[in-house]
Amino acid sequence: MSIVVSATDLTKRFGSFTAVDGISFEVLKGQCFGFLGPNGAGKTTTMHMITNFLPITQGALSVLGLEVMTNARVVKARIGVVPQENNLDTDLKVLENLLVYSRYHGIPLRQARGRAMELLSFFQLAEHARSPIEQLSGGMQRRLLIVRGLINEPELLILDEPTTGLDPQARHVIWQKLRQLQAQGVTLILTTHYMEEAEQLCDRLVIIDHGRILVEGTPRDLIRKHAGQEVIEVRLRPGEDRERCLETIGGTVPEGAEVECSADTLFIYSADAAKILTDLAIDPGRTILHRRATLEDVFLRLTGRELRE
Amino acid sequence: MRERAGPRQPVMARRSSRLLPDLTWRAVTVWYRDARVWTTFYKASVIGNLGEPLLYLLAMGWGLGRMVGTVDGVPYIQFLAPGLVCSTAMYAATFECTFGAFTRMTRQHTYNAILATPVSLDEIVAGEILWGATKGFLSGAAMLLVMALFGLVTSLWALLALALSFLIGLLFSALSMIVTAKSPSYDFFSYYFTLAIAPMFLFSGIFFPVGNLPQWAQTVAWFLPLTHGVSASRDLFAGEVGWRIASDTLWLVVFFLASFIVAVREIRKRMVL
Repeated sequence: MSIVVSATDLTKRFGSFTAVDGISFEVLKGQCFGFLGPNGAGKTTTMHMITNFLPITQGALSVLGLEVMTNARVVKARIGVVPQENNLDTDLKVLENLLVYSRYHGIPLRQARGRAMELLSFFQLAEHARSPIEQLSGGMQRRLLIVRGLINEPELLILDEPTTGLDPQARHVIWQKLRQLQAQGVTLILTTHYMEEAEQLCDRLVIIDHGRILVEGTPRDLIRKHAGQEVIEVRLRPGEDRERCLETIGGTVPEGAEVECSADTLFIYSADAAKILTDLAIDPGRTILHRRATLEDVFLRLTGRELRE
Repeated sequence: MRERAGPRQPVMARRSSRLLPDLTWRAVTVWYRDARVWTTFYKASVIGNLGEPLLYLLAMGWGLGRMVGTVDGVPYIQFLAPGLVCSTAMYAATFECTFGAFTRMTRQHTYNAILATPVSLDEIVAGEILWGATKGFLSGAAMLLVMALFGLVTSLWALLALALSFLIGLLFSALSMIVTAKSPSYDFFSYYFTLAIAPMFLFSGIFFPVGNLPQWAQTVAWFLPLTHGVSASRDLFAGEVGWRIASDTLWLVVFFLASFIVAVREIRKRMVL
């Protein structure tokens, strides 16, 4: 399979601050590739380098086989960008936004109009073609941003947090449309901090933090490798710490399991949680939760539980 | 061994290495965007552009003109009006490329949106300046129309004042883009208007001949771009087309090109981190 994006030792510094610190990755054609990370991890900066919005400080980055910085126009003509910030043109109505944007891409008007209407109906926005932007809901504006990113029939679509701030209905519509696009052969790169989104959409993903890639793999492999099959959450009682709690419920860390403790919860990661549960002497009245391991467990184990603001 | 994506040398600071702007026809698409927006709001804009110079013409031309009588051998209103063509073009272009461009750049993130397409940042700057110049042209045209109604257009050369309005528009749009690139907020523009635009309006020979000023002030006035615009405009309306118009026009063109190159560099500095 051909390589759509290839980054080697990609680095971005702003003055003395290193936002992206020597990352390497490859995105294959037809894949949906995810960048997961807490706020400030370097996701958006990486997207900005791929779309040539920001110059690269160091390293090599090729998109569609072309070195981005020396082929900016060609690359931009062949990729679609859905930015995190809503930069729809509020001076123009919905359809006008798309027609003016087509001009930037050099698409002839008649062709642009056809393509715009087609995409608007695909994203269930056709009846809003003549609406001002402010009259659209958040979900509709986000869909319009995706439509705009697709107006030049890109081979690669880059989505920076495409569903942040949307309600579940709006989010599911976008997921469904993105899966359809992928089925049509469009390669997708997306950033998100919704684990569910990554599990739903991504074939492969990297978890990045402090500008570095921590792990890379398929969602399923990452879960198996870093969080096991199942998780037991044991809520701590007031004043209790990790050792006291373990003592109360059975003594030591169960064999074959890993234990982690946050402020008020003990997490036991294990392949066979049912057995551990029967072995533990859970005292009556204590809150426990037995569930399947998710990408969120992987994420929190790798990036830590402290707040990022 | 994996295939490398390209050379691994650092590719830093490429943005500043290019002195001349990176321009293609795509700059026109940015002009088109602004023009399309304007067609939806143009009524308010035309009234604004026409209203002020018309008021000046009435107040100064009629009111003050009655006391002044003639200047340089022509009635005061006829002396005044050609200069107002220039100042109205200057104001229209300046508003467009300060408040307007700043809003698009920082508030509406229009530039960011365009930068995801094959249009370059330099073309965005060029498109904005072209549009600012178009606004200057439209204002100049409106003023010319008013003058014709007042019976102040006596030479066919005056039609070239339209081209002059466009050139003045280009120049002041380019200057404004430099200010916009440097501006941290809207407040900054009031300094520019007070310290640069207003003195130009008052001392570039619109209301009285520059020759009335003391020698040192005449020298200062020579460095004000509007002085050359007003001089050229006055010659056109008088039908006196000669070397002076040629040198004034050349002065404006050179000043515009220099400002444009600086504007492109300053916007790059601001937008490309």
